[in-house]
Amino acid sequence: MNIAFSKHTLANGLDVLLHEDHACPIVAVNLWYHVGSKNETAGHTGFAHLFEHLMFEGSAHHDRGFFPPLQGAGASLNGSTNADRTNYWELVPSNALELALWMESDRMGFLLPALTDVKFANQRDVVLNERRQNYENRPYGLAPMAMLAALYPPDHPYHWTTIGEIDDLNAAKIDEVREFFRTYYHAGNASLAIAGDINSNDVLDLVRAYFEDLAPGPAVAPVRPDDVTLADETRLLLEDRVELPRLYIAWISPAMFAADEADLDLAADILANGKTSRLYRRLVYEQRIATDVSAAQNSREVAGFLQLAATAAPGHTLAELEQAFVEEVDRIASEGPNEDEIERGRVQAEAQFVFRLQTVGGFGGKSDQLNAYNVFVGNPDFFNRDLQRYQQVTSQSLQAAVKRYLANPRRVTLSVVPRGRTMLAMPDSTPARVS
Amino acid sequence: MRVDRSRLPAPGAARPFRFPAIEKSVLPNGLRVWTVRHPSIPVLALMLLLRRGAADDPAGKEGLAAITVDMMDEGSGDRSAIEIHEGLARLGAQLDSDIGADAALLTVTALSRFAAPALSLLADIAARPSLRHEDFERVRQLRLHRLTQLRDMPGAVADRAFVRLLYGTHPYGHTPLGSEPSLSSLTIDDVRAFHEAMMRPTDATLVVAGDCYHPEIEALAARAFDGWMGTATGAVPASPALPLPARLNVIPRPGAPQSELRIGHVAVARNTPDYHALIAANMVLGGQFVSRINLNLREEKGFTYGARTSFDFRRMAGPFALQVSVQTAATAEAIHESLDEIAAIRGPRPVSSDELALGVAALTRGYARNFETAEQVARAVTQIALYDLPDDYFAEFVPLVERVTADDVTRVSAQHLDPSRLTTLVVGDYDTIAPDLGRLDLGAPIVLSGDTF
Repeated sequence: MNIAFSKHTLANGLDVLLHEDHACPIVAVNLWYHVGSKNETAGHTGFAHLFEHLMFEGSAHHDRGFFPPLQGAGASLNGSTNADRTNYWELVPSNALELALWMESDRMGFLLPALTDVKFANQRDVVLNERRQNYENRPYGLAPMAMLAALYPPDHPYHWTTIGEIDDLNAAKIDEVREFFRTYYHAGNASLAIAGDINSNDVLDLVRAYFEDLAPGPAVAPVRPDDVTLADETRLLLEDRVELPRLYIAWISPAMFAADEADLDLAADILANGKTSRLYRRLVYEQRIATDVSAAQNSREVAGFLQLAATAAPGHTLAELEQAFVEEVDRIASEGPNEDEIERGRVQAEAQFVFRLQTVGGFGGKSDQLNAYNVFVGNPDFFNRDLQRYQQVTSQSLQAAVKRYLANPRRVTLSVVPRGRTMLAMPDSTPARVS
Repeated sequence: MRVDRSRLPAPGAARPFRFPAIEKSVLPNGLRVWTVRHPSIPVLALMLLLRRGAADDPAGKEGLAAITVDMMDEGSGDRSAIEIHEGLARLGAQLDSDIGADAALLTVTALSRFAAPALSLLADIAARPSLRHEDFERVRQLRLHRLTQLRDMPGAVADRAFVRLLYGTHPYGHTPLGSEPSLSSLTIDDVRAFHEAMMRPTDATLVVAGDCYHPEIEALAARAFDGWMGTATGAVPASPALPLPARLNVIPRPGAPQSELRIGHVAVARNTPDYHALIAANMVLGGQFVSRINLNLREEKGFTYGARTSFDFRRMAGPFALQVSVQTAATAEAIHESLDEIAAIRGPRPVSSDELALGVAALTRGYARNFETAEQVARAVTQIALYDLPDDYFAEFVPLVERVTADDVTRVSAQHLDPSRLTTLVVGDYDTIAPDLGRLDLGAPIVLSGDTF
């Protein structure tokens, strides 16, 4: 199993990845810039994402909205920013590939002449509304900010969320946009994947025509913060407009593709994902003291964290949930998972990887995966090795990883409680500072 | 080769695309088995469409259809819910269940080499659920907790209240989840009776798309669904008259940084001959990023992260609705602009040929991408089963949309959108926005409590 591809690096440093799949007459164009909120600094948070919005507002040779010509050609398109990268994609009918390349290359090469104060002010308002909608006005929506701020120290680039602080967004200056573009948005810091109904040779010529003349830009220094070790448990509380209290517990864990990461990803599934998981069975199915449980190994480029969460059923306390979390983690650390859990994990990994081969474009499609491997591993030929990492997990290796990373009190515990009911939080919790 | 940046490159000739061909048969018990061969990846999407939904909830038992579907994977024979899910996990298969007003849909996605056990599990879930009392108590309690939590979610509060305002006691007047009183009154006997009466093979369709052949699936389905018998009864009762809601309604949410808005009215059913013209009209009005309402409220004014409109086409007349979340200070102006845009497309500012061309192109030129995965193909085919569409529906879609004219858009907008009947609901910080709302020409706002929905 693999995603067959060819890779070409243009003179200006742009990586070009081509994958042919003629099952459907569509082509995915997927462009990554290796920049995210991790490249921001304290006091300037939210900038990478605000910048992404401006990429849709026009460039020098098409100083109008980015959407109309592409939608008129039958494309779907979007972009997203996370801590480590910003991606832009178009999924076009095969006959409109050149249009997508024209549009992407124009904003890579010629964004700034079209930038105006009016566009900047408008998109800042849109982003502030995105923040209100997805964080401030959403139950438990501020929990991610509290968790990241407690897991990573103030000078660590994962200390803040990608959406950023309100004060920082309001203080952002248009000159910073120009500086940001010159620093990060150039061929040398980008990776372009094209997947679908294409002829690779023809498409490479087309890519050269549109992108090879664009300037390479300055080398971008990698962001390599020191490894984080929590000294002890941090207990926080957050009052929110919620009916039921929820408990979050997280530990620092390996970065993406690092040793033990696949083990902890499977450990998260065994602990609390789906009806077969241990915590679902115990808390929701048998004891009925939680309304939901979840777990995730959040793997980022330079660090990760594994987080468990559960919402207390009425009449039950967060302390009961914490006790169950700790006991189930300790049980895996001392006894390991059973063979049935490992076997299910292996089959599920295979199925999930096959499912990932179904789409050429969009978030998570084959073009996005090729770019992820190219940018984060330096090698697009990693699909099969990625799957092998999961298939090589054994009961012993998973047990060892859980013992090393989770079976300890060096964690962050957050209680989100209804406003005015701080007595429902875990004892000795201090208020989290979020805006 | 030098590129010409003075103009955008025109698309070349479109490559042909063959829409899925559906092979059909009917099992002796009445279950329809439809397959589409889509062999690019060794994956199967198995979907069982049951043409009974929340609209079939008896009065006072709102939520019954949804909890019945929720109970179906809670055990079968002597296997518990956990054991059923372990069975799915051993195949790497995923189970999803959806419930809407008109239908329930159970989906299993699996590697194609597991066709037989995956189908067998789907049949166990759909046709032979245990429906045990102790599981019911737990599942109902979880749904009651869910209702409690939804009170904190402004979008969910708005959705629940809005269908009630629009439909009252009509079968479409509640969301599938039901309400605290109705859920509390249900018993496991209600669930068993609903499953017995409604979830029957005569009104069910098994759609399988992926790396498979029809005869193989038909034989596997005949074995898996053997013993599932009976005729689905209880068609939706005659609809009572629709209510006449106030023009402007508010559910206070003190201190909310945004107002959640719904604006709409009961519109039109899926079988309307105006279907293609209406979706083209909606693309221009609020159905895509470059629609009038999104460009106005987001790109021009910066009031919101995004606004959209939709016609929810159903077996009976479904709602037209605008959904948007706007910053609190902009609430009244956003309502005013939205009402103005809806009125304008009916004639005062008819769609231009450029707007229509863009809307039609967005619907038609990329149409093939809706048939990339087995799951997309199967889901599309369930629409044919749900709404009794012709088999050539997909092949005819593009030409029918391309035939829509600007006059058609104006005509269907005028016919199916009625500004004088539009109902607006705001979930937001009432004390802050009340003075501005008073200046809208919509009469005194009716203040509702979120707890009553």
